[in-house]
Amino acid sequence: MSDLIKKSAAELAKLIADGEVSSREVTQAHLDQISKTDSIIHAFLHVDGEGALAQADAADKKRTSESSPLNGVPLALKDVLTQKGIPTTCGSKILEGWRPPYDSTVVTKLKDAGVVILGKTNMDEFAMGSSTENSAYGPTRNPWDIERIPGGSGGGSAAALAAMQAPLAIGTDTGGSIRQPAAVTGTVGVKPTYGGVSRYGLVAFSSSLDQAGPCARTVLDTALLHQVIAGYDPKDATSINAPVPDVVAAAKRADVKGMKIGVVKELSGDGYEKGVAERFAESLALLEAQGAEIIEVSCPNFKFALGAYYLIAPSEASSNLARFDAMRYGLRIGDDGSKSAEEVMSLTREVGFGPEVKRRIILGTYALSAGYYDAFYGSAQKVRTLITRDFASAYSKVDVLVSPTTPTVAFKIGEKSDDPVAMYLSDVATIPVNLAGVASMSLPAGLSDGLPVGFQIIAPTMKDDRLYQVGGALERELHKKWNGPLTNQIPELVVR
Amino acid sequence: MASNSRISREEVARIAALARITLGDDELTHLSGQIDGILDAVAVVQEAAGADVPAMSHPLDISNVTRPDVILPSLTPEDALSGAPASEEARFRVPQILGEEA
Repeated sequence: MSDLIKKSAAELAKLIADGEVSSREVTQAHLDQISKTDSIIHAFLHVDGEGALAQADAADKKRTSESSPLNGVPLALKDVLTQKGIPTTCGSKILEGWRPPYDSTVVTKLKDAGVVILGKTNMDEFAMGSSTENSAYGPTRNPWDIERIPGGSGGGSAAALAAMQAPLAIGTDTGGSIRQPAAVTGTVGVKPTYGGVSRYGLVAFSSSLDQAGPCARTVLDTALLHQVIAGYDPKDATSINAPVPDVVAAAKRADVKGMKIGVVKELSGDGYEKGVAERFAESLALLEAQGAEIIEVSCPNFKFALGAYYLIAPSEASSNLARFDAMRYGLRIGDDGSKSAEEVMSLTREVGFGPEVKRRIILGTYALSAGYYDAFYGSAQKVRTLITRDFASAYSKVDVLVSPTTPTVAFKIGEKSDDPVAMYLSDVATIPVNLAGVASMSLPAGLSDGLPVGFQIIAPTMKDDRLYQVGGALERELHKKWNGPLTNQIPELVVR
Repeated sequence: MASNSRISREEVARIAALARITLGDDELTHLSGQIDGILDAVAVVQEAAGADVPAMSHPLDISNVTRPDVILPSLTPEDALSGAPASEEARFRVPQILGEEA
């Protein structure tokens, strides 16, 4: 294994900026690791080797002492964001072979910063799922144990980081799709404040919940990527026109002395595995030893969050996914000259969508239909208000909230794939965040029976820097214990 | 299906048609049971809030966002049609929409 692929993005950027190594060498090392391991892991749906090396050469030419802090560093992009000319499937058959004619704002910002895009990562179809098993192109495997799921929907991005295929990745998070994969792969992932990162070019699942964010193996790398992709974008009407919090400075400061950290009472207890609860408690003790004050906080309406989410997200999805109509792009089935546009549409959507997407579209259509709207969608929107009030009340007492990211470690592939309600419980601790639009991070807290456990931090709207301040402090103490990032402990992949 | 189910197989079929998704018999049966189970699990929201709680559709307190009415570069017709299943004379070609003879 090349030494380069184990290095952090910050280390690689410095080596490249100092001329110690070229971006081409770094990029090639990661492409080699992908060809060596991805037949097992299946993190990527498309690898753009040629394009990546061309971007690397451009980064090498651009190299000066003033170049951007991630110039020349490779990245894995979730297949839900458009990159001009590169296949974008969202893990769905309905978009197989589609090459978008434009770049998402996230991709434009990455290119401007000299970040090298290696390819597109696997995901649950249209980001609906918690395991990547809903990808039309087959599941991704967890590098810690290839019989287990890497989380979802952004399991490809998280697995690529854990398998040392890329030091940086982009994910998107509607109910936990960045944080839950980060938790179960021992990596770091951040869902920024809603509106903090542009959604232009992010194929919409649930527009009032979706948010793109940075993923990496360390808190500082995540902050460096956050700084690159965040900021106001006139192309997204829900983009916040305010300065990006200084997340890099916060990650470097990593000081929790005098901070008030609230433990969410409702995100513990029944359903949380013993090993998860233990690693969480140990992390709290480390933060307390650094001078933070730990306070228990109650958010009584969180118990309604899962129900509200599985009405609001499918409702918005049923509307957003109406655009896949077989007319302007993507798959078209049954157009033999004898059928109407409506018949072609219905046949295409039968073949092009997988079971989870159909479930959610039908559920959402039902929740929005006459006679059921008030009882389902309307009630869910009221819960959203109650949850936002719970957060406001909590933040009047504490600076950040914390909880385990997920109730369990990674489960086995196939274990929950035909039991939607059991699958949905994977996101019980991450979903309240999206409903309120606040910022959140998951970072590794250690292992339970050899599998990673995630620690979740939740900060108020546009206080994303606090995630990095607390995450950085906890990571520093844990890295002392582990002698480096948790991902260094992943068992060597046996290529059979 | 149990008589106390929240949604019938016929109703799921009607909703699927509204959503423009053709479903086979087996798929319809399987999905109906699952959607019934999901509705059971999410119905808890109906007990959560009283009439005095306002509905919230979005996390940001924003109203309409506008920009100056200035022409900016946009997709060329070639780019816009590049992913089309069928096109003709710089337009999307679609199946019949009005039910006339093909």
